[in-house]
Amino acid sequence: MSVRINLVRRAQDLPREELFMPGHGLCAGCTASTIVRHLLKIAGRNTIVVNATGCVEVSTTMYPYTSWKVPWIHVAFENAAAVASGVESAIRVLKKKGVIDPSKEIKVIVLAGDGGTYDIGFQALSGMLERGHKIMYVLYDNEAYMNTGIQRSGSTPAHAWTTTTPIGKVMRGKPQVKKPIGEIVAAHRIPYVATTNVAHFIDMDNKFIKGLQAEGPSFIHVLQPCTAGWKFDPRLGIKLARLATQTAMWINWEYDHGEFRVTVKVPKRKHVRHYLKPQGRFKGLTEEEIEEIQKLVNSEVERINKMVGEEVIGPLAEE
Amino acid sequence: MERSMLRVKQKRVALNSNHAVAYAVRDVDVDVIAAYPITPQTTIMEKLSEMVANGEIDAELIHVESEHSALSAVVGASAAGARVFTATSSQGLELMHEVLHIASGMRLPIVMAVPTRALSAPISIWNDYSDLMNTRDTSWITLIASTAQEVYDSIIQAYMVAEDPRVLLPVMVAYDGFLMSHTYEPLNIPEDPTAIRELVPRRDRIKLDIDKPVTMGTITDPRWYYEIKYQQVKAMQNASLVLKETSKTIHEVLGRKYEPVEGYKMDDAEVAILTYGGLFGTVQESVDIIRDKGLDIGAIRLRQWRPFPSEELTHLMHDIDTIIVIDRAISYGASIQGPVALEVYPIAARMGVHVFSVIAGIGQRTVLEKDIMGIVNKVLDYLDQGVIPLRSIYWGVRGGE
Repeated sequence: MSVRINLVRRAQDLPREELFMPGHGLCAGCTASTIVRHLLKIAGRNTIVVNATGCVEVSTTMYPYTSWKVPWIHVAFENAAAVASGVESAIRVLKKKGVIDPSKEIKVIVLAGDGGTYDIGFQALSGMLERGHKIMYVLYDNEAYMNTGIQRSGSTPAHAWTTTTPIGKVMRGKPQVKKPIGEIVAAHRIPYVATTNVAHFIDMDNKFIKGLQAEGPSFIHVLQPCTAGWKFDPRLGIKLARLATQTAMWINWEYDHGEFRVTVKVPKRKHVRHYLKPQGRFKGLTEEEIEEIQKLVNSEVERINKMVGEEVIGPLAEE
Repeated sequence: MERSMLRVKQKRVALNSNHAVAYAVRDVDVDVIAAYPITPQTTIMEKLSEMVANGEIDAELIHVESEHSALSAVVGASAAGARVFTATSSQGLELMHEVLHIASGMRLPIVMAVPTRALSAPISIWNDYSDLMNTRDTSWITLIASTAQEVYDSIIQAYMVAEDPRVLLPVMVAYDGFLMSHTYEPLNIPEDPTAIRELVPRRDRIKLDIDKPVTMGTITDPRWYYEIKYQQVKAMQNASLVLKETSKTIHEVLGRKYEPVEGYKMDDAEVAILTYGGLFGTVQESVDIIRDKGLDIGAIRLRQWRPFPSEELTHLMHDIDTIIVIDRAISYGASIQGPVALEVYPIAARMGVHVFSVIAGIGQRTVLEKDIMGIVNKVLDYLDQGVIPLRSIYWGVRGGE
């Protein structure tokens, strides 16, 4: 399918109108608000947002106030994809019956964190994808249950400290690796799946555009550094997101109608230590453990390069 | 005007209660249906799927992957302004439980059919009311029907009540799984559903509207939560009135009369048996047999479980001195273990009426006229001995006391 899309090339291309308002209770330096602000600029007014329980939900809708200038609904933690399925189906049938103006394009977006996507919301998500609802699902991934105070999730990376995976004498942070949610979603053969990163906002915004243009479900997975849970200086959020890409701890890719591409190439990779050291959640790891993480990244880079058929993520180059 | 002149033209059909639900849902012009298969509900969604497939009903049918998602999807659809329907039984209703509270808290006019069934473990696909009774405090208006005709009429009435701006609460229509859901009965349904659609006009309400954006399902702190919940209390109170009004309309248009509690041979009764659902027919037959033997006995059927019709029940119980409440669910460890008996107790206590709580029909253990007569004899024995047990009588259980 070839739809002509006006992509964003620079920040000035973004609409000036703000649909996500300040005054919310997210932490200083929280990168989730940056993601949502960009998301709504791209989506525009004719958008309904279904928000799973999580940081964004509780921090932006403290009754009687709201940060949302578009219709917004929260129902529970695990069911945002199911609620959105209902919203999208309702719009379709009400347009058919003439209750809603059929000429109006109304976008339906799910916004959910990693807990609400990888874990408790996984079944509803899979159902939504399988049924083929035209919904864009945006996952803001801060790699733990931050809203309840930093507990491990299926997204937490190996060796990361959380309150339920302490770095102790016997247990050394999370024993398991991060679940490959993007590829699990892509296995549903939906039109568009992408991973992106708040530091590369042009990449992120263009993926929102492509996701909204998709003829069926789309899934945009955004890495969202969390100052409180990752334990870093609030001013470093964007820098850490960039380091995630530079070290290949995070790779920005897309499955566009089954075609796999890495959208942010990294000719020379930095050692993971550059990403891990500024974060309190990796404090106390031994050099061996850091090397273990480096090896996990190396094998992932090798796998991705093989999939693409060229070296899109380059070799480790220590400065 | 003569009532008969207002009645719409109807045709006589044979339907089981599950299919009666599907026809009622068709006739109200529903927009979005979401359901998940579970025995004994499944034939409702099968019938609705057939209607959608044949173009008899213009609705989106969402084949969700669980009951939790079924109710979540209709919450979303209802919030977007659609008229919605779902149905479930037993474990499915339990899986929905979290969202039951949210649906009513968000004041969404959702209608759900519940052919009732026992709960696991051990697994039983057969009937009792354990599933329904667990939803007692979810703030859903709950009607319990006792015939397929009443099931059809109650679904229509459910939409009339749920969508009334004075109410805006979800409604459950419950009835016996298998004993009613799969049993064919004769009933009348309108030849032309237009008459039904006039009963449920499309009304505007707060919804997810891009021209008038609202934030739904917010977080509230201790300064606000209580007042919002109190509004639900008021809405449930209003529901009593709206149920009364709509019962009158149903009577005028369809010719069938429904009361929150229905009395049978109560005029001179000293003893009454109160029950709900399909069992009421058996109780009525039993009352006739017992009356022939000389006991002034009557029967009461509870139709409106939530809001509980305390006033109407008080009125019906005015001249009796003993009430036997037969429950088909167990409230384990409660002072008396019949959930409805517990509700009747404070009313009876105020009136000086003796209450006997009887548990029967658990997991669809058969209850026949001889059982009802046995229950009455047991109660009469207690009364002769001057003993009113402050616990339930477990009728028909092997190894019971």
